[in-house]
Amino acid sequence: MSLEKINNPLNARHWIGHMETDYRYTLGVAGERFLKEIKENARIMGAKCPKCSVVFVPPRLYCEKCFTKLEEWVDVGKRGEIYTYTITTIDVDGKKLEKPQIYALIKFEGAHGGLIHRIGETEKVYIGMKVEAVFKPPNERKASINDIAYFKPAER
Amino acid sequence: MSVKIKHYPGEEIETQDFREGKVLFESFKPKAKYAWSAGIAISRFLEELKNGRILASTCSKCKRIMVPPRIYCEKCFKPTDGWTYVKDTGTINTFSVSFIAADASRLKEPIVVAIINLDGASEGMGIVHWLNEYGDWREIKIGMRVKAVWKPPEERVGAITDIKYFKPIKE
Amino acid sequence: MFGKKRVAIVGAGVTLFRRNLKETGKELAYHAAKMALEQAGMELHDIQSVVVGSAPDAFDGVHMKGEYLADGAGAYHKPYMRVFVGGATGVFAPLAGWWHVASGKFDTCLVVCEEKMSSCYPHPQYAFTTIFDPILERPIGMNLIWIFALEMNRYMHKHNIKKEDIALVSVKNKRNALDNPIAQLAANITVEDVLNSEIMAWPVQRLDVSPTSDGAAAVVLVSEDVAKEVTDNPVWIDGVGWCIDSTHWTNRDLYYPDYVEYAARMAYKMAGIKNPPKEIDVAEPYDPFDYKELHHMEGLLLCKKGEAPKLTREGVTQRDGDLPVCPSGGLLGVGNPISAAGLMKVCEIFWQLRGEAGKRQVPGDPRTGVAQAWGDLMQYSSVIVLRR
Ligand SMILES: [Zn+2]
Ligand SMILES: [Zn+2]
Repeated sequence: MSLEKINNPLNARHWIGHMETDYRYTLGVAGERFLKEIKENARIMGAKCPKCSVVFVPPRLYCEKCFTKLEEWVDVGKRGEIYTYTITTIDVDGKKLEKPQIYALIKFEGAHGGLIHRIGETEKVYIGMKVEAVFKPPNERKASINDIAYFKPAER
Repeated sequence: MSVKIKHYPGEEIETQDFREGKVLFESFKPKAKYAWSAGIAISRFLEELKNGRILASTCSKCKRIMVPPRIYCEKCFKPTDGWTYVKDTGTINTFSVSFIAADASRLKEPIVVAIINLDGASEGMGIVHWLNEYGDWREIKIGMRVKAVWKPPEERVGAITDIKYFKPIKE
Repeated sequence: MFGKKRVAIVGAGVTLFRRNLKETGKELAYHAAKMALEQAGMELHDIQSVVVGSAPDAFDGVHMKGEYLADGAGAYHKPYMRVFVGGATGVFAPLAGWWHVASGKFDTCLVVCEEKMSSCYPHPQYAFTTIFDPILERPIGMNLIWIFALEMNRYMHKHNIKKEDIALVSVKNKRNALDNPIAQLAANITVEDVLNSEIMAWPVQRLDVSPTSDGAAAVVLVSEDVAKEVTDNPVWIDGVGWCIDSTHWTNRDLYYPDYVEYAARMAYKMAGIKNPPKEIDVAEPYDPFDYKELHHMEGLLLCKKGEAPKLTREGVTQRDGDLPVCPSGGLLGVGNPISAAGLMKVCEIFWQLRGEAGKRQVPGDPRTGVAQAWGDLMQYSSVIVLRR
């Protein structure tokens, strides 16, 4: 029996379908507190493990290293540093973007982890660049990571 | 659930809490579209449905006549080595009378789905399809004889739905 | 002895089972895992390997749920795997944990199961539609309730079983769940309530079915040497078995789950069990539907084919009967966060054998118990035999 070579499934006999699913993800106990702090106080918080002396950003309910429940939260400030970045020219479907977009992993001083976000108000970007969160106006914030509009180069 | 445990974690929330903003959440709808290819055996099976025939594959080792057809015998783990037609009549192996749709919404008129053991195939070789023209659903019985009701040839596209449904027959 | 080392369960943990929980899946996994460690008197750094069990990604709506759950399951910087065999995952996960320790490779393994089905709305049912063959079955509109209805109908037909007798399982399990502090659907109901409940897909009615749930469960597995250090009260994994039937489910006779029997025989042989009804003191067969408890009692060789309804009617399977079945309240009463529900059954047997089950404790100082789960397209079974 020979195997037919087909590169596009649409060239073979096929059945078209999709997965009809909608999702609603709870932010969870730690996630809800984290995003409420951003929405209500424009503060970026971390959760501190007293045992490991590590501050996790984003904050979480437990320390993944020692399994201690994390109760102490600290403000890590709205300024951070670009740890790594990419400049994307295509969207998730592979279509060309009108304008390239910079995405970066931003780390905060003294904290473990960091946030993935857009970088705005600049075309220049480099690892080690100091950046600062630009929050949306309070009435537009919804307790979402997008309540931070983007990060911009920080003034010296 | 042990007497040694006094407290069980978990914060219960109600569905209306989402609407009322008591619980924060993010929504997402995946764009997951697919084109599932029918493969070697089933492509041939579907092609024959267009001709109003039900195709089976055979294994010379275990002598089974298998429907839906396949290119390998899963029992002997060797390629099937023949094709044959089975009849479009059969016996209800089991059935269900469904008052719910796939998204769990409720139906006024039930859908009856059955496994039908086709005549000419090996013992217990069934396919799943709809049952119709049955009168009162409470009268449907396992063991009832049924026959395929086909779409007119010009409407057939090479799909399992080229058979409109099976209906009870008297013999 | 099978394997290089004998393996014991020394701690177990569960969260509440509920329709909606606020915690994320990771947070639920953490709570269950942390409780299991605390019960074992161990810390995360005592754990050498981690196994996670979780059902289809489409429920939580998180792809690669294994990696997603890893930190909540305590797997940070540890050997880790996620297992998935449909509904059978919850009992399969501790089997995978058993390989880790019985092989001699690790002395400890943390096993965590989690499900957060509420993420998928309005109903997780729709996510099930894509488990069917896309060419021959999905165009017919197949859904999960239908296939159970088909199986239930075949089972009833073969042995001439009345719906009244099947309903007794739902009544018993929901009542047993009244004594279970994590239960979602504990209730005092009657056979009439079941028979008068909404017809979903005949013969399946509303009260024949377990709910969808959020929840997590965990157990700590250790080798014999470690068990002696951490507890005076280990529960041994003395038998493991698993088996799958043909994916061509319309080609099988659905009245009897012979793949459950094969898995059970594998586990019993290993545990040296020759007469299951006599030697097993308490059982937790998988009961997502009431008829499934009966089906699985037969597959587990706890009675003859077609005899489970009679035992149920005679009260043999009540908590104070000769063979208590689902003293936890089962999936029908406690809830069904798929993989977590299966592991909850293992936790229940663990607590029953340790005499810690409180109001749910079955009498007679049970020494041997069996838990079983079932899944994929009505074709997979996982079986575990525990002994004190
Ligand atoms: Zn820590
Ligand atoms: Zn063969």
